[in-house]
Amino acid sequence: MSASAAKVARRRLTNVVFEAFCVVVTVVALAALAAILWSLLSKGIVGLNLDTFTLSTPAPGSRGGLANAIVGSIMMCLLAMVMSVVVGVLAGTWLAEYGGRSAYGSVVRFLNDVLLSAPSILVGLFVYEILVAPFHSFSGFAGSVALALLAVPVITRTTEDVLSLQAATLREAGVALGAPLSYVIRTIIWRSARSGLLTGALLAFARISGETAPLLFTALNNQFFSLDLRGQTANLPIVIYNFALSAQEDWQRLAWTGALLIAATVLAVTVVARIVAKEQRRS
Amino acid sequence: MTDQALPAAGRSMPDKPTRRSSPRGALVGQVFEGLCFAAATALLVALGGLIFSLVLGGWPAMKTFGIGFLFSTTWNPVTDVYGAAGPVVGTLVTAAVALIIALPIAGGVAFFLTELCPAALRRPIGTAVELLAGIPSIVYGMWGLFVFAPLFSKFIQLPLMSAAAPGSLLEKLTTGVPNGSGILSASIILAIMILPFMAATLRELLLTVPPTVRESAYGLGATTAEVVMSVTLPYVRTGAIGAVMLGLGRALGETMAVTFIIGNSHGFPKSMFDSGSTIASTIANEFTEATSPMHVSALIALGLVLFVITFTVLGLARLMLRMQGARL
Repeated sequence: MSASAAKVARRRLTNVVFEAFCVVVTVVALAALAAILWSLLSKGIVGLNLDTFTLSTPAPGSRGGLANAIVGSIMMCLLAMVMSVVVGVLAGTWLAEYGGRSAYGSVVRFLNDVLLSAPSILVGLFVYEILVAPFHSFSGFAGSVALALLAVPVITRTTEDVLSLQAATLREAGVALGAPLSYVIRTIIWRSARSGLLTGALLAFARISGETAPLLFTALNNQFFSLDLRGQTANLPIVIYNFALSAQEDWQRLAWTGALLIAATVLAVTVVARIVAKEQRRS
Repeated sequence: MTDQALPAAGRSMPDKPTRRSSPRGALVGQVFEGLCFAAATALLVALGGLIFSLVLGGWPAMKTFGIGFLFSTTWNPVTDVYGAAGPVVGTLVTAAVALIIALPIAGGVAFFLTELCPAALRRPIGTAVELLAGIPSIVYGMWGLFVFAPLFSKFIQLPLMSAAAPGSLLEKLTTGVPNGSGILSASIILAIMILPFMAATLRELLLTVPPTVRESAYGLGATTAEVVMSVTLPYVRTGAIGAVMLGLGRALGETMAVTFIIGNSHGFPKSMFDSGSTIASTIANEFTEATSPMHVSALIALGLVLFVITFTVLGLARLMLRMQGARL
């Protein structure tokens, strides 16, 4: 009796220790992450004013903002999104509707999943080798291609997932009316999966908008305002990187502001993506 | 049916079928399918091109230094002699330590969210963890440099270093400049960075355990700890290992969170507080400034090493997740 009572007591103790551990680490983890968000907000908001959006990156000690970097980032991300949505949606469609069950299809799917979390710096090296070194010039265009290479696996993946969720009866109904399969896919399946596809694109955008490593050797940076993607293009991540590692306090302040802008954009886009995804589930 | 297959006589034939041209949509359909196929193939071409360009770019360095490239600790742009041992060890050590720190915490968070958390908090905390998994890594790096490093130096490094008796193991482990950066700091920042990702993935996996399985365990009188350790966790074992390796893959290839705080020196790291480098941080720091062709080639060869390491880890992770039937 006492032996089993002791056993019960021991199990209880183990459980209390386990539960306490779970609660403590959750609190610690959330506290650490809250601390990061707090520093970001408190240090970033100091430098946030109208100048941030209207002036270009300054020389140390003079007045300036992040306008050239913001515009460069937006241009490169948008161009990357155009490229990656086209390729990603088509590739995802092929996996879901045409060849996904073939051996080749499962190879593509597997490698896409691997690419999903591949080190972004290697993508930067690759694009440097194919688009920067041969032309002897860094360019915003090369930066866009690097970002697109990171976004495509995300879009391919979500496209395949949402298309596979569409009811088979939808396809059958369309084909039974005499429409070719490709027409059914484009006008019925894509349309009914529209918000799911949008979610994928938004998640990919969130993924690439803060990427720094692939831009280091592709877009590089530009001190001046420029709309020309054929030359070096200023962008937020690299400006943050350079300014944060500088010894100038005003540059460091701008780096925090830039980091805040990027993090806020990523969070906002992710939240919108989740809302869109929820709507998809409801309909 | 072809003509040959038709019986020759004795059956009334319908009018000879007119040869219809294929419907207008057919060509469009073929083109569309071709485009989709081309896009899927483009993924493979991109990966193939990535491998090819790394091999091609790294070839001069690999040819010059041979297999010794992997084991030499010399990294000297002045004399143009390069060895990868320092960055390779730095990469493996920081990722492993980050995993050792992050794994129990991520597990704890996932267990808390699936078993212990009050229902009202479950959604908000779960969502917060998922959102944090998307924060760009440069933010973690900056926080590490400006906020974490000074605190780490003051409250961890200095006390430990002054407490270490001369000649003891602790002294060996803690030599270095107490400026807050170094191998251990980089590992901790990496751990914080992969934590939300790993917690979110583990939570998602644990939610796939059928409720009846958990409930029957509770019904038999099992405690929470016993349910988690002997029922739900074994149920998702393969997938959980895959999720952990996915986290490891991220830590191995991470650039920005590490570059800010590892100290960027090339030697073989001698202690926890010693400054070091990872493959990614070395490439990030030196690639645009590399002037000699051999330096560039050595950096690309480093990239190839990183590629081999991460793709092995990520490939295994994906296989394991697939065996679990989970796509995360």
